[in-house]
Amino acid sequence: MSKERIKIAPEMFDIMPPEYQDLVQRATYGNETRGWKDIGTSKELIEEHSLCAGCPESMAFRYILASLPAPEDTVMVGSTGCTSLVFPHVGVHNIHSLFGNQNAIASGLKRALTVRFPDRVKDVVVLAGDGATVDIGLDMTLQAWFRQEKFTTICFDNELYANTGGQESGLMQKGFVAKMAPVGKTFEKVRLPEIARESGCHYVVNCTVSKPNLVEKVIKNAIHVAREIGPTYLQLYTPCILEIGKNSMEGLQEMRDSEKPAERFSYKEYVSDQAKELLTELAAKEKERKAAAKKQLAGQA
Amino acid sequence: MATQSLVGTKNRAGQMVADPWELLHTAERTPSFFTGSEVIKEAVRRANCDVMIAYPITPQSEAAALIGELFAEGFIGDYFRGESEFAVMSQCAGAAFGGARVFTTTAGPGTMRAMENFPMWAGARLPIQMIVTCRGINSPLSIQPDTLEISYLLNTGMLVWHAETAQDFYDWILKGYIVSEEPDVHLPLALCCDGFFVTHTKDMVNLTPADQCLPPYDPYRSPVPCMDMECPPVRMMRDPFVMKSNYISYATHASWQQEVWAAIERSRKHAIRWLDGLIEVENPDADILIVSSGTAVSQGREAKCLLEDDGIDIGIVKIKTLRPWPAEEIREATRKAKHIIVPEFNVTGWLAKEIRATIPDAGRVLAGPHVCGGMTMPPEIIAADIKKRLGIQSESLAGRGS
Repeated sequence: MSKERIKIAPEMFDIMPPEYQDLVQRATYGNETRGWKDIGTSKELIEEHSLCAGCPESMAFRYILASLPAPEDTVMVGSTGCTSLVFPHVGVHNIHSLFGNQNAIASGLKRALTVRFPDRVKDVVVLAGDGATVDIGLDMTLQAWFRQEKFTTICFDNELYANTGGQESGLMQKGFVAKMAPVGKTFEKVRLPEIARESGCHYVVNCTVSKPNLVEKVIKNAIHVAREIGPTYLQLYTPCILEIGKNSMEGLQEMRDSEKPAERFSYKEYVSDQAKELLTELAAKEKERKAAAKKQLAGQA
Repeated sequence: MATQSLVGTKNRAGQMVADPWELLHTAERTPSFFTGSEVIKEAVRRANCDVMIAYPITPQSEAAALIGELFAEGFIGDYFRGESEFAVMSQCAGAAFGGARVFTTTAGPGTMRAMENFPMWAGARLPIQMIVTCRGINSPLSIQPDTLEISYLLNTGMLVWHAETAQDFYDWILKGYIVSEEPDVHLPLALCCDGFFVTHTKDMVNLTPADQCLPPYDPYRSPVPCMDMECPPVRMMRDPFVMKSNYISYATHASWQQEVWAAIERSRKHAIRWLDGLIEVENPDADILIVSSGTAVSQGREAKCLLEDDGIDIGIVKIKTLRPWPAEEIREATRKAKHIIVPEFNVTGWLAKEIRATIPDAGRVLAGPHVCGGMTMPPEIIAADIKKRLGIQSESLAGRGS
């Protein structure tokens, strides 16, 4: 991010909106060690939102935005759905265009940014619901993976069309009775993580967003692998508490129940050999950085 | 602006960035005998494009593939084949959101498949250029020339121009970027031609020097932020008007749409300057005018010759831009005409409807002849329709009865 393109005169800074001042002084753009632990002590890149009270998607948004390795050079791509109510509040550039075309938008975007900034890294991250990713947009989801486009696809899997009022989706469980599935869904939940692996994704994780440290780890891994190697896919369970008949405070428990061993969101990952090599390398560098920081801290003391 | 300071510098392919006006008006031209598809390639070679995304569909496949050759030669930043026209137009949008100058081509059913993207392009103010080599969209399957698809583009918020010849096509691809990227316009352009008639026939075209190109696109002249995180992000809305049912939301959407259409209107002055007017008029004092766009204009010119042999005086009005719609120009050009003949390569006669809605005394308009599904339009049928209108007996034409 160029902080030079628009610059507020120092004399004017204190009359800028507090929101602006906060983002300049307390956000974590450019901080290499940023992560979910900054939540509560720094300015977050998402704060207010218009999701339902207690919606797990709002937790997911906060963890993901806190975990982006380089938000100052990240552009996000959304789709139509509950996420499109949140993106206007997000403090990184983001695009909404149509329903289901998010991976096509991201393909063009990533290539344009690569042409325009050949010597710099610009991360592209797609974040869309399961209707957008698996139903209406499946073609473009898969084709982006076949082409080995270098961006991360995140699917907020709430197992239905939440924003339109709880209709059947491809990621819905078999037998679930919903709008447009009046006698229960007749076919199995689409196995997109396996399809992702077969389609050329180098890092695939299926999990819930109950644990912020886990979300941070998988987000960082996915973005680093996408940056260096090729497509990555995260399928995150963000239950629609409204449509599955839960109360506002029950979202977290729903995720914990669904991630138990043998449940459909027990942690599963696939890492290609190339990605394993990269992640090992990055882990070693991180260890080195921590050791050096510790040493420096000890020296200061 | 920033682009002008780049005149005289070299681009990625080693071409010299030229002053656009000089490039298109005073630079030496080389006459070349090319197909329409090759002409598209030669224009794009000089357009300093960042991204081109391709998909095969007749009759634009050859042009789309030839631009791939330009990529291989280093004239374009990136190029790939998308998976469908819907996806391609979204990929074009992504590239344009990211600040690239984008080019693509499509035709017929491809245009229809991609349709959802076009109002989105206009609403997002993306100055993408899309060549439309018109063909049939009907079932049973047809790949032949037919301009029905243009009518679907007219209300998308895109600029829509209709080229008659390969020379128009060449010049307008370059001029199209200049007009559509103006900050007070910044809209996508559908540059249409009649498939096969223009794409697959050879014509003599005067080309500008191959070692000179347009200035690069400057995304920071856009009226909306470029999505590259080079400008500080803002939280765009405290109360997003996405899917809200309240007055502010309605008003925001209404004013946004009005602004898109106002931008089309603002493109008028640029298009007049660069295209030398939105219409071209020949013999405006004639009682009978043939008013048309695309290759129907060429057929009208031939009909004019035939009728002149019979002593009937004919004028020609060539409409270059359909959006912006040259309403004033058409009213003025047809002021004295007693009969206005509108030949079209489609079954519905959408151009005649537009003209009827524009001029006083619309009964003067004769909608037709209409040919479609790949039928050619011999000038004889235009001449016969005009004679019929005038009550002059003419020989019956094969296949048309009397």
